[in-house]
Formats: sequence, structure tokens, C-alpha cells
Amino acid sequence: MILDICDVSFTYNSHPVLKDVCFQLKPGELLAILGPNGVGKTTLLKCIDAILSPSKGSVLVQGTDVLKLQSNEIAKTIGYVAQQSESSRMTVFDAVLMGRKPYIRWNAGEKDLQIVDAALKRLNMEHMALRYIDQMSGGELQKVAIARAMVQEPKILLLDEPTSSLDLKNQVEILSMIRHVVTEHGMAAVMTMHDLNTALRFANAYLFLKDGKVYDVGGVEHISSEMIETVYGLPVEIHSIHGHPTVVPLAC
Amino acid sequence: MHLEDGHIPAEYTRYIGRKLAILTILALLLIGALLVAISLGAAHVSIPDVVKSLLGMSVSKRTDIIIWQIRLPQALTAMVAGSGLAIAGAVMQSILRNPLGSPFTLGISHAAAFGAAFSVMLLGSGVMGSSQAGSISITNPYLTTGAAFICSLLATGMIIAVSRLRGATPETMILTGVALGALFTAGTMFLQFFADDVQLAAMVFWTFGDTARASWNELGILTGVTTLASLYFMANVWNYNAIDAGDETARGLGVRVDSMRIAGMLVTSLVTAVIIAYLGIIGFVGLVVPHMVRRILGGDHRFLLPATILLGALLLLVSDTVARLILAPHILPVSVLTAFMGAPLFMYLIIRGYKK
Repeated sequence: MILDICDVSFTYNSHPVLKDVCFQLKPGELLAILGPNGVGKTTLLKCIDAILSPSKGSVLVQGTDVLKLQSNEIAKTIGYVAQQSESSRMTVFDAVLMGRKPYIRWNAGEKDLQIVDAALKRLNMEHMALRYIDQMSGGELQKVAIARAMVQEPKILLLDEPTSSLDLKNQVEILSMIRHVVTEHGMAAVMTMHDLNTALRFANAYLFLKDGKVYDVGGVEHISSEMIETVYGLPVEIHSIHGHPTVVPLAC
Repeated sequence: MHLEDGHIPAEYTRYIGRKLAILTILALLLIGALLVAISLGAAHVSIPDVVKSLLGMSVSKRTDIIIWQIRLPQALTAMVAGSGLAIAGAVMQSILRNPLGSPFTLGISHAAAFGAAFSVMLLGSGVMGSSQAGSISITNPYLTTGAAFICSLLATGMIIAVSRLRGATPETMILTGVALGALFTAGTMFLQFFADDVQLAAMVFWTFGDTARASWNELGILTGVTTLASLYFMANVWNYNAIDAGDETARGLGVRVDSMRIAGMLVTSLVTAVIIAYLGIIGFVGLVVPHMVRRILGGDHRFLLPATILLGALLLLVSDTVARLILAPHILPVSVLTAFMGAPLFMYLIIRGYKK
């Protein structure tokens, strides 16, 4: 197992946010964490990345408790793409280069610059390498953040709503690229998502959170309309369109 | 993940080269400004004579005394104070994620002013004066300086204590700083209300930042503290870049954000407190210089911090020289000039478009 989440609970100001969350992830898996707003999806990602310390339970990354790792070691193992946007006056190249921080002692070396160039090329961003990020759109910034996580060369990618600011073309491109990277390089990825159809299309595993608990977890082929209705409180149907399962809400 | 098939783009190499060229130009301008600053004054000394004297080739005893005893320490003090205040401002703006970050934002300057007023009024340290203002005598400058320094550190300690209690967020630090600034200002006004004419004059005089107050001894202390602080800041450029991208992103990159914020604030406060304690309050350098550099070089701290050191030194050196000459034979405290220059400059930067 590349990631083993065992009985993780998190309490914020005596309000329980996560309760006994358990799941495991193998190399090559891309897990979509699904659930309504405020159910604890982002909190779960932060607990995995040790940004927050669980009040109970453990997060094992390749068998080691993440809280026992040095912060630099965590950053070399886990790449985290946050939801927040940024607007510092840096070029795209330098903003992505920041992802090499866990490897840089004093100054970036040739290898670091080469890795950034390669990541920008993978994301078709090399033409904007010298643009300042405070002049970029939300979608472009999201790609910068994903590129930065990639250059950390992590084993696990955590993506908090990675496609929320992306147009349709960029959503497909980015998620296809993430899926390719995860499967080809034996990594794992955990994404929080609101778009069920995107999750069904690109993830190979799902985890429904309801009231801070795991409602169900499994392969995306097992997602049913009943599950979605129970978690979101909205009747839906799942149709197959061109071989892809597609969720259609029934209520107006 | 295999990402080693890239190469270093030529445009990026040229882009970095341009930044290094700007740093070199700033360094050359600073050296030029230093020579000009030393040559100008009531007694004019030619630049070749300045160079000769600085290289140890004595021109005349009189020239050597003017250069080594009066102008060089003052010019170097201006450079060191300018660079220290500017880099402290740049780091404060980064760790507080606030474009108004400066010693004033956190109430450090106000605390120092209160300390000086307290010393003058209650510790009887008398009138602290400038070596270039002959009519004002110095009775106990070290007591005034010490009190200002202690009060600056007290303000810093209080901000850190509240940050420990409520979390080291920029909001907590800034709001605590604003509250402390108001508290220390009220304390200073209270003391001023009960002060006699001489004490009041001394209190007000102390707040005029003046580079002529420092001798070689004080310059040594200022240089030591500023150099060590700058080395610490330069060692953390990647951490400041990461914090600029947001706390969560920084944590994801392995930065211990809260510790970095508290340590950064402690060091910026220390360097600011030492400068203010010895020279008085010199406003706007810490606020304006980082913004000027960001417009020229961007927000990458690898270049922002060295350029801020150089431009801060250059700006205060030029301001100090102009302040010495503009109303000759009267000598204007440099803080008056920096405030006159800084406010319109800051407004210009706002109108041209603010970029953090």
C-alpha cells in the first residue's frame, strides 16, 4: 500500500469534522473524494499531508507515519495542490521552480531547472514560462499549482478540486495527464471533486464522505444512483453515454 | 515521476541574466553615490582625493579627518540603516502577506519613541543630540537608546506572545501591532503632556531620524546586526517565496509557516529596533523600497532581497546627502526628507498599479 488511512478523526473547536475515516490506496490508483460542501474533504487532504494533525488515527505513507517524517521528506513524498489562488509577482517558471524547494539547499541547480521545463512542457505551458502569475487567469494558476506539485516528484498527489477553475478542454487535458502520470509511474492521487461526471470519467476509485464519515468506498464502476441520492439528497439517474457513465440529476 | 527530459530555456537564462545585471548596476550606483556623498559638504573634497584617502593614501590631515571622522561614518551609517530597514520591510511584507508591512505596522517605531520619551522624562537621560547639531548637548545617549531598544523588543515580545496564543496568522500579528502602536503613541503623548519645554524638545528631537548620531562604534553594531539579519533572510528566500504562494501551499512544500513567521518577525524587529534605537525613526524606507524593487525585479526573494538591500542603502545615502546640503548651513534630519519623498512616491506606486 502506498497510502493507508486508519481511523482518522479530526475535531475543530470541539466540532468533529472527520470521524474514523479509513481507506487504502495502491500504486496506480486515482481516488475521487466525493460529498457535499463542508463534509470534510479538504480537511482529510490536509490530514494526509500533515498540514493538520488528526485528533485520532494514523496516516501511513509507504508504511511510515506521516507525522514522524521531516517536513521536507513529506514534501518529497506528497505533492499538495491547494484550492487557494496566489498572486505574487513571480514568473510561471519561478513559481513552478518553488516545487523543487524540498530538494534545494541554497540555489536551484541545473537538474531543478530541467525538471521545471519538462513539467511545463507536459502541461503545454512552456510558452508562458516568463509570464507573471499575477496576470494570469484562475485556470492558468491552477495549472501552475499542478505543475509545481509535479516537480516535487511525489509518490502521492493530493489535489483539492483541481478542475474547479478550468474550462472543459483544460479539465480533460489536466485530468488525462494526471491519470497518465499516476498509472505510468506507480504513483497514487487523491482528488476532492464536486463534478461527479468528471470523477466517473477520470478516477478509478471513489470515496463518499457523509457527515464526516466514510459512507462508501470502492471502484467507480460500483457507484450507484442510490448512493449519490443518499449522500447528496438529490435523486439522480446514471446513463451510459458513448460508454461513459453519466450522472443526470432528476430534480430541478 | 520522470521529468528529466527538459532543458534550461535560453529565455529563462537571459531573464536571470537581466536580473543579475540590474543588481550589478545598483551595486555600482551605490559605490558611485558613496564617493559623491563623501565629497560633498561644507568643505568640498574632490572625488579623486576621496578615493585616495579611502585607499589609505593620505591627501592631507584635514581631508582625512573630514572623510574618516565625519563623512564616511555618516555615509556608511546611512547605507547600513537604509539596507537594514529596507530588507526588514521586504521580509515583513512577505511573512505578514501584507503590502503595508513595515516597522510602523507592528508598532515597533512607536514603541521605540515611547522608550526614548520615557528615558528623557523619567530616567533623566536629558537631551540626545546630533554630532552635527552643535547647539544640542548629549547627556546620556546610551540610556535613551537602551530604553528605545528595550521598548521595541517589548512590542515584539507582545506580538509573539499573542501569536503563540491565537496562532501566528498575519491578521493576528498586524492587528496586535496596530493596537500596540496606538498604546505606545498614547503613552508618549501622556509623557509629553507632563514634560517641561526642554524634555519635550528632547522627546521630539529624538524621533527625527538622523544618521549623524552614529560613530564608528555604533556603526559597527549596526553593521553586525544588519549583516547577520540579512544572512538569515537570504538563507530563507525559498521559504518566503513559498509563503507568498499561500500558507497551505507553503506547508505542502515543507515550510513550517508559523515558526518561519515568528522567527522572521523576531529578526526583522531586532534589526529595526537596533537601527531606530541608535538613529531615531526613519520612515518610509522599509515600506517603499521593497515595492520599488518588486516593480523592477518582481517578487522572487532570491533577487528581491539583495536588490532591496542595495536600493535601500542607495536611497537613504542619497537622501542623507541631500538632507545635509539642501538647506546648508542648516542640516535637515534625513527622516524629514524620506517622509517627504516617500509619501508621494508611495502614492505614485499605488496610482501606477499596486503589485504585491
